[in-house]
Amino acid sequence: MHDDDRSGAVPFKEAPLRKDGTEKVRGTARYIADVRYPGMLYGATLRTRLPGGTVVSIDFDENIAWDEYVVVTAKDIPGVNAVKMIEQDQPVLVEAQYRHAGEPVMLVAHRDPQALGTALAAIRIEERACDEGPVFTIEEALRPMTRQIVAGNVYRDYCMEKGSVARALGEPCHVFEGEYQTGAQEHLYIEPQGMIARVEEGVLTVEGSLQCPYYVHAALVSMTGLSADQVRVLQCATGGAFGGKEEYPSHIACHAALLSLKAGGRPVALIYQRAEDMAVTPKRHPSRTRVRLGADGNGRLRFIDIDFVIDGGAYLTLSPVVLSRGMIHAAGPYRCDHVRVRGRAVATSHPPFGAFRGFGAPQSIFALETAMDGLARTLGMPPEVLRARNVLVPGDLSPAGQGIEGPLDMHRVMEEALEASQYHAKVARCRQWNAQGQASRRGMGIATFYHGAGFTGNGELALRSRAGLRVSAGGLVEILTSTTEMGQGMQTTLSEIVAEALQIPYEGVCVARPDTRDVPNSGPTVASRTCMVVGRILAQAAYKLIARLRAGAALPSAYDYDEFCAACARLHASGDVATVMADYQHPVDSQWDESTFQGSPYRSFAWACYVAEVEVDTTTGEARVLDFTAVQEVGRVVHPTVAAGQIEGGVVQGIGYALFEEVHFGTDGQMANNRVTNYIIPTSADVPPIRVLFQESRAGAGPGGAAGIGELPMDGPAPAIINAINAALGTEIRHVPAMPEHILAAMDRGHL
Amino acid sequence: MTVSCRFTVNGSPVYGHFAPMRRLLDVVRAECGLTATKEGCGEGECGSCAVLLDGALVNSCLVPIAEVDGREVTTLEGLRTDDPLFAAFAASGGTQCGICTPGMIMAARALLNDCPHPDLSEIRRALSGNLCRCTGYTGIYAAIRAAAGQGGE
Amino acid sequence: MSWHAPRNLDEALALLAERPGLVPFAGGTDLMVGRQTPACGRQYLSLARLTVLRGVRETASGVAIGALTTMTEIGCHPYVCRDLPALAASARATGAIAIQNRATLAGNIMNGSPAADNPPALLAYGAEVVLMSAAGSRRVPYEDFHGGYKQTVCRPGEILTEILVPVPPPGARHYFRKVGARRAQAISKVSLAALLVGRPGSWECVRFGFASVAPIPILARTLAVAITGSDRGLPDDAELAIALSRDIMPRDDIRSTADYRRRVAMNLVREALAPWTRQGGSNASA
Ligand SMILES: Cc1cc2nc3c(=O)[nH]c(=O)nc-3n(C[C@@H](O)[C@@H](O)[C@H](O)COP(=O)(O)OP(=O)(O)OC[C@H]3O[C@@H](n4cnc5c(N)ncnc54)[C@H](O)[C@@H]3O)c2cc1C
Ligand code: FES
Ligand code: FES
Repeated sequence: MHDDDRSGAVPFKEAPLRKDGTEKVRGTARYIADVRYPGMLYGATLRTRLPGGTVVSIDFDENIAWDEYVVVTAKDIPGVNAVKMIEQDQPVLVEAQYRHAGEPVMLVAHRDPQALGTALAAIRIEERACDEGPVFTIEEALRPMTRQIVAGNVYRDYCMEKGSVARALGEPCHVFEGEYQTGAQEHLYIEPQGMIARVEEGVLTVEGSLQCPYYVHAALVSMTGLSADQVRVLQCATGGAFGGKEEYPSHIACHAALLSLKAGGRPVALIYQRAEDMAVTPKRHPSRTRVRLGADGNGRLRFIDIDFVIDGGAYLTLSPVVLSRGMIHAAGPYRCDHVRVRGRAVATSHPPFGAFRGFGAPQSIFALETAMDGLARTLGMPPEVLRARNVLVPGDLSPAGQGIEGPLDMHRVMEEALEASQYHAKVARCRQWNAQGQASRRGMGIATFYHGAGFTGNGELALRSRAGLRVSAGGLVEILTSTTEMGQGMQTTLSEIVAEALQIPYEGVCVARPDTRDVPNSGPTVASRTCMVVGRILAQAAYKLIARLRAGAALPSAYDYDEFCAACARLHASGDVATVMADYQHPVDSQWDESTFQGSPYRSFAWACYVAEVEVDTTTGEARVLDFTAVQEVGRVVHPTVAAGQIEGGVVQGIGYALFEEVHFGTDGQMANNRVTNYIIPTSADVPPIRVLFQESRAGAGPGGAAGIGELPMDGPAPAIINAINAALGTEIRHVPAMPEHILAAMDRGHL
Repeated sequence: MTVSCRFTVNGSPVYGHFAPMRRLLDVVRAECGLTATKEGCGEGECGSCAVLLDGALVNSCLVPIAEVDGREVTTLEGLRTDDPLFAAFAASGGTQCGICTPGMIMAARALLNDCPHPDLSEIRRALSGNLCRCTGYTGIYAAIRAAAGQGGE
Repeated sequence: MSWHAPRNLDEALALLAERPGLVPFAGGTDLMVGRQTPACGRQYLSLARLTVLRGVRETASGVAIGALTTMTEIGCHPYVCRDLPALAASARATGAIAIQNRATLAGNIMNGSPAADNPPALLAYGAEVVLMSAAGSRRVPYEDFHGGYKQTVCRPGEILTEILVPVPPPGARHYFRKVGARRAQAISKVSLAALLVGRPGSWECVRFGFASVAPIPILARTLAVAITGSDRGLPDDAELAIALSRDIMPRDDIRSTADYRRRVAMNLVREALAPWTRQGGSNASA
C-alpha cells in the first residue's frame, strides 16, 4: 500500500493561501447558526405525514397560549403560493391537496426554542389519503392504472439520436445488454440547512446557508409580491452544499420570511435539525438505465442504445435539467455513429429529488461504464483495450454531434492512469492473489468519462450572467459576483483569475459577500460553471477596469502594483465610477438543438480515467478500495490545492455512492434512515490513498484554458469500483450502492 | 431544576446555574459566545462539536453541563494561537467548507498531544469519529503531517 | 428533571434506595442521544464522582473492571490487552475516539442494546457482573444478565459496580470480529467474540458470543455443544449451521438483513475455527 498521502505531481507549497482558509481554521467564519439578533424568534415547520393526500383540518390544543406564538399557514402568503423553480408546481405551504409526506403545512415561531416542541405537539393536522396508493419506484410510476401524479407520471420524455440505431441493429455485431440501477444519495453536508429572515429598513432581508442567492431572491419576490429591491438575500458561510443547497434554500427562505413578516419584521431563524434536513431536502435522483451496446469483432462500437429513467419525486423541481445532463453524458466519451438515448423523468410519491454534484451524469455514466466492462467480457477483450479503441480523439464527433478539438488527448489520460496505478502489474497480481484461495478477492476496475462544464446547451445564454469588480482608493479589488463559496474554493480560484488578468498580486484581490443588493446576478453556483463561465466574465471585467484606469487615471501601459494603486487613488479622486461590470458572451458558433439533443451541449469538457483497486472479503462481502488513481485533463489547474481537494473530496463521495450510502425509504416515502448514525458515509478509516494527477491542455473555454472540475470526480468512482468488484469475483453487479449484503448474494450466483 | 457549575473554558472561569442536561455544546456557543464549536448532528456521530475535556477529546453535544463541574474545557478558540495546525490546515487543503474544521483540528490536537509523530494509520484512527464531506480527508492528513513535522506542543 | 451527584458509593446507594427510579448516568453516550425521547427517565444519578468504580485490577482468578472504566482505558490497558485481547479489541471498535473517551463498559452492557460491541467478548470470556444496592451485593453470570430486548436482571435500587473476567488458560485462542457498515464508528451488523481452549479439531471448551443476531447479546450454547467433546473431529458445515440456527434469530432492520446476518455469523464461526496463522484475531479499527 502506498503510504504517501499525496502523490500528485503538483507542488502544493507554491500555491497562494486559500482566501477563506484563515477564518475557517480559526473558527471565525460565520455560518447561519452562528448569527443571532436581539429579539430573534425560532421557527419550526409542521408537515404532512401521508404520501399524498388532502389536509382536512388543523386543530389547536386550547391549553396553549397561542398568542405567544407566531403561526403561519398558506393563507398568510401574500403572493404566489409556489416555490419559483422551472415550473411553479410546488407549494410554499400546502393548502389542501399535496403529493408527498413531509410537505410543509404550517409554520410556528417562538422566542424560546424549547417552547416550540410543546406547540408542535399541540397542533393536529388531520389528513385524508389519496384513493390510489402511492407510487414509490420507477416501475410503479410507469405502470398503467396507478396514481397519476402528473399525466402518465412522466415529467419529461426526451430523445437524443445520432445516426440510426434501428439500422445498426440490422447489421451483424456483438451485442451486450444490461439494466443498471443507482440509488438515491443524500448530500450530508455537515452543516444542516437554515435561514434567518427579518425586515430591515423596510427591506425583507434573508440570509443563510445557500448556493444561489438569486434563486432565493426570485422565489421571495414571487412569493411575497414585493418588488425586487424590497427583497435582499445574503449568503452566510456555507458548510457544504454539493447541489443540496441549490433549490431547497428557497423553501426555507420563504418560510422564514413568512414568519418574520407575520411577526412584524422581527428576525426569525429557521434552522433545521439533522433529522428534518435528511427527511425533507432533495437527494440525488435514483435511476434505472437499460444499455444495449453493439461492437464489431475488433471492439469498435457500432451502436449505443440507452433508455435512461430518473425518479423525479413528487414535484418537477430541477428534474428536466438533471435528465438532460444525464442523457448527454449517457453515451460516454466514445466514438460511435449510431447513438440513441431516450430519457425520462418520472413522478413518484417521494419528496422531490434534486441537484447533487454531477447532476444526472453519475447515474448514466455508471450504467454505461459498467456495461462497457460487460461488453469487454462478451468480446473477450481487456476493458482498457475496448475503451482505448473507442475514446474520442480530435476530429471525431461526440454522441451529441459536437466536434472534438485538439490538443486534447484522451489516450494520454488513459496511459497515465494505467501507469500511475500500475494497472497491468496489478491485474496480474490480483489474478495470482485470487488463485491462492485467500479469504479475499482482489480486482482492478477502470472508468473513462468526461463531464461538461456550464449550463447545458443554450442555458448559459438564457442566464445572461454578469459579474464585476470594484476597486478601492487603496487599490484593493473586490470581486462582485453572486457565485458563492461553499468550500469548493471559488474565492481563491476567482481571485487568482482576476489577479492574473489585472497583473496584480493575489493579495490585492478579495471577494465581496454575496448580497443581492451589492452583487450582480452571475447565475447559480452549480454545474462546474464558476471557473469557466464566471471566471471568464471576470477576466473581461478586469480588462475593462484596466482600460478605465488607463483612460481616466493614467495607469501606465506597464505597471507594478504600486502604480496600479496610485491609479486607483486617482480614479477615486476624479469621482469616476470605481466599479466595472461585464456580461456573459455566448460564442457565435455554439449551436444546440433542444429537440434532437444535437449540437454543442457544453463549451468545455474535463476528461478523465479513474482506476480503482478493490478487495472483497469473502467472509463478509465487504468491499474495500485499496488504492485509487484519478487522472484528469482539465484544461488548466488554476490552484493546485483547491483543484486536488475537489477531486479528492469528489472521489470519496463517489466511494460512498458505490459502497456505503443507501437511502432507505419508509412506507411514507420519506427517508427512513434519516440520522447520521444510519446513513453511512466514508470516514477517514475507509478512504484509500488517492492519487490525483492533472493534465493541462489549456484548451478549456475558461481563463487560461481552464474547464470546470467540480462535478467530474463524482462520475468515475462508482463504475470503476463496481468494475473492480466484478473483476475480482466474476460477478455481474449492476447497481449502486453495492452493499456487502448484495455482494455476498452476487457471489452465490457467481458460484464463488 | 438547575445545578450550579464551576469550570473553566479556555482557562477562563465560568460559574453559573444551568439546567443539568443542557449540552456543553450549547453552553459554549450561547453562554460563552464561542461559536467555533459546531453542531453537525447532535448525536455524537460527526465530531464537529469536539472539544477537549480535561485534555481528552469529547463530543460536546453528548456532555451535559452538570458533568463539567470542576473541569477544564478547551475549545478551538483556546488552542495556542501559534498552534502549527492552523497554518497547516489552511495551506494543505485541510479545510474546504470549514464546518468540520474546528472539530478536526481538536481531534488532531488531541492526537498530537499523545503522539507527536503519528503515522498515517494513527491519523486515520484518530480522525475516524470526525466526518468531513468535502476534503476526502486527504488534505487533512497532509495538514496533520505538516504540523507534526513542526513539532507542535 | 433532577440531578444528583453523590460523592461516594454509599451515598449513591442510599439515594438509590430512596428513589429507585433514578437513572444512573455514566458516560452519557447513550443517555444523551435518547434524552429527548419521553420514555427516558428524567431523574439522573451521576456516577461521575464514584472514582472507586473506575479502573482495572488483577484479582486471584482474573481481571476486575470497574463499571466506570472507559473504552479508551480498557482498549489500551496492559492487563486487558495481555489476558483479554478480544475485549481490548471490542473496546477499540466501540464508536471512535471521542466516544471511547466517555463510554463506559457498564453503560455499554446496561444499555441493553443487542448490537453493543463489548458483550460478545464478555460472553466468550464467561464474565460475571457485580450488582450492588444499599442492601448488599450479588454476582450474576453475564450470560444470564439480559432477560429480553433491552432488559437486564438489574433491579431498581441496584447499580452495576464491577465486571469480573476470568483469565483464560495460556494458549487459548481469542477471536473478535465486528462487521459493521464501515471500518469505524459503525454499529455492528454482526459481531463475534470467541474463546477456544484446546486444539483445532479437539476443542475442550469453546464459547461464542454474538451481537446483532438476536434481541440480546447471545452465547451460542448449541454450537458449543456441537463443537466440543466430539472425538470425531469438527462437525461439517451443515451441522454447524443447524446448531447455529438454534442459537441465533437474526432479523431484518435498517442496518442489515436476517439472511446476511445468518450467513456472516456462520462464516465468522468458520473463520474462528479455521487454522490460524496468527493469534488474537481482530479487525478492530486499529
Ligand atoms: C456516536 C456513537 C457511536 C457509538 N458507537 C458504538 C459502537 O460502535 N459500539 C457500541 O457498542 N456502542 C456504541 N455506542 C454506544 C456506546 O457509546 C454506549 O453503549 C456506551 O458504552 C454506554 O456507556 P455510557 O457510559 O456512555 O452510558 P450511559 O449513556 O451513561 O448509560 C447507558 C445506560 O446504562 C445505564 N448505566 C450506566 N452505568 C450504569 C451502572 N454502573 N449501573 C447501572 N446502570 C448503568 C444508564 O442508566 C443507561 O440506561 C455509540 C454511541 C454513540 C453516541
Ligand atoms: S454535533 Fe456533536 S458529534 Fe455531531
Ligand atoms: S471541510 Fe466541509 S465538511 Fe470538512
